[in-house]
Amino acid sequence: MPPPPASRRTARLMLAPALGMLAGWMLVPLAMTLWFSLQRYTLITSGAQGFAGLENYRYFITDPAFAPSLGNTLALVLGVLALTLPGGLGIALVLAQPFWGRGVVRALVLAPFFIMPSVSALVWKTMLLHPMSGLLAHLARSLGLQPFDFLSQAPLATLIALLAWQWVPFVALILLTALQSLDPAQIEAARLDGAGPAARLRHLILPHLGRAIAVAVLIQTIFLLSTFAEILVTTNGGPGTASTTLTYLVYIQSLLQFDPGTGAAGGILAVLLANAVAIFLMRLIGRALER
Amino acid sequence: MSSLSPLLRKAALTLLGWSVGLTLAFPILWTALVSFRSEADALGAPAAVLAAPFTLESYAAITAGTRFTAPFVNSVLIAGGATALALLVALPAAWALALFPGPRTKALLMTILGTRMMPAVGVLVPVYLLFRDLGLLDSRAGLIVVVMLTNLPVAIWMLYGHLREIPGEIFEAARMDGAGPGAELRHVIAPLAAPGIAATALLCLILGWNEAFWTLNLSAAKAAPLSAFIAAQASPEGLFHARLCAAAMLASLPVLGLGWIGQRALVRGLTFGAVK
Repeated sequence: MPPPPASRRTARLMLAPALGMLAGWMLVPLAMTLWFSLQRYTLITSGAQGFAGLENYRYFITDPAFAPSLGNTLALVLGVLALTLPGGLGIALVLAQPFWGRGVVRALVLAPFFIMPSVSALVWKTMLLHPMSGLLAHLARSLGLQPFDFLSQAPLATLIALLAWQWVPFVALILLTALQSLDPAQIEAARLDGAGPAARLRHLILPHLGRAIAVAVLIQTIFLLSTFAEILVTTNGGPGTASTTLTYLVYIQSLLQFDPGTGAAGGILAVLLANAVAIFLMRLIGRALER
Repeated sequence: MSSLSPLLRKAALTLLGWSVGLTLAFPILWTALVSFRSEADALGAPAAVLAAPFTLESYAAITAGTRFTAPFVNSVLIAGGATALALLVALPAAWALALFPGPRTKALLMTILGTRMMPAVGVLVPVYLLFRDLGLLDSRAGLIVVVMLTNLPVAIWMLYGHLREIPGEIFEAARMDGAGPGAELRHVIAPLAAPGIAATALLCLILGWNEAFWTLNLSAAKAAPLSAFIAAQASPEGLFHARLCAAAMLASLPVLGLGWIGQRALVRGLTFGAVK
């Protein structure tokens, strides 16, 4: 029975506030960003000073921090993925087996994902990594070694480790959820046919997990491209530009150097980069919608 | 593998599982431990910290003034307010999308999803300037609105997924009985969708509580929630170890609890239904 026209009208009415808000939230500011990116504009003079053409984009791209920030962004995303995918898969495979205390272990594994980013970053910075009072410094000294100043000697690698620690539970949880939809009889059949653990993983489990892995990669990439609080708390993008990402550079240009024009140009570049990834993710999600 | 006896295999897995779990949770467990030590004891070597006596003085110290309690209240109001508002707007929208599917439903859903994929930094400049000009910088109301808007796409998608799973015949029966859309929402959808609404609320609360891009950029002393307050402790004037750990624990415990209850909701919500 098709819904009566009155209900259709009500349905449209019920959809309107949400759509209006989302359009207002994204389209208006995005259009403004585009506009600012083409204007000569500083927060200090407080007003547009006229059309700048692509000058802001040229400033942003020729900024000495731009090339390193792009490289750091890539290294950050790829580095975290390289750690979380195998790590998450391994953890999911273990958690899918029955063992004593599995419920508690699951809670322990998931915990890092739920801790708010500023807390994780601060706990790592002061409690674990601090070159004087951190746990690892104590450990190094007790072994007769010189404590290592992680956040100034290897800022990007340390940031990657921190982010991987936050995201590995998410990958594990997604893959575990997908693993649980695998028919145990199929695995048993493969085992009886003489397929060893490695063969079962390669020919049965990994193909089954394909889509979940793709989703985990894309969602992480989108969130990682926007990493902010962790950088702000641990390294502030430094030393120098050693841990400045594209997102962080836009923040520096916009709100610290009071240059909204250049910041907006960087913002547009960040949107383009994220959209390149989002297209693939949206296609995957759209396909799942039709099932 | 098959040569292992089942009991031995289970013992090996138990050992492996627990070592992985304890290693991953170690930074949190250590933070919890230090939060129960005195400030002087917390500065010692790890073995000394471990052996030091148990005390609640750090918790007493940080909950005494308003330095920590004010941001805690802000977090509750911002995450709670944003969640309530997001549900209020998302529920009718999801209802319309799920029960009156048209030729444009999928395109609408994908557009809604697209707004979530947009990096926040792409709209940082105009949102900051708009907030400044409207006097919304460092206001709880402003943050509630922004956090609500960032959660809205997630809420619509999650509610849509849950509503779509309710068999259509139930609504048809309700309509045959002459129930209007309002009555349908109150008496048919709400009870059936309650678990989905709860799961959505849970996820919105977690995301809102942990939100750290907008809270850091749009708040200062007055409206700062915990995510911004804790980040400010990275400065040399920040809290000392034991108190810092106590603050970190109090800031994390609500979400650790909610997260544990809402694992499945999390997978569904954050993958937009692509993994269930």
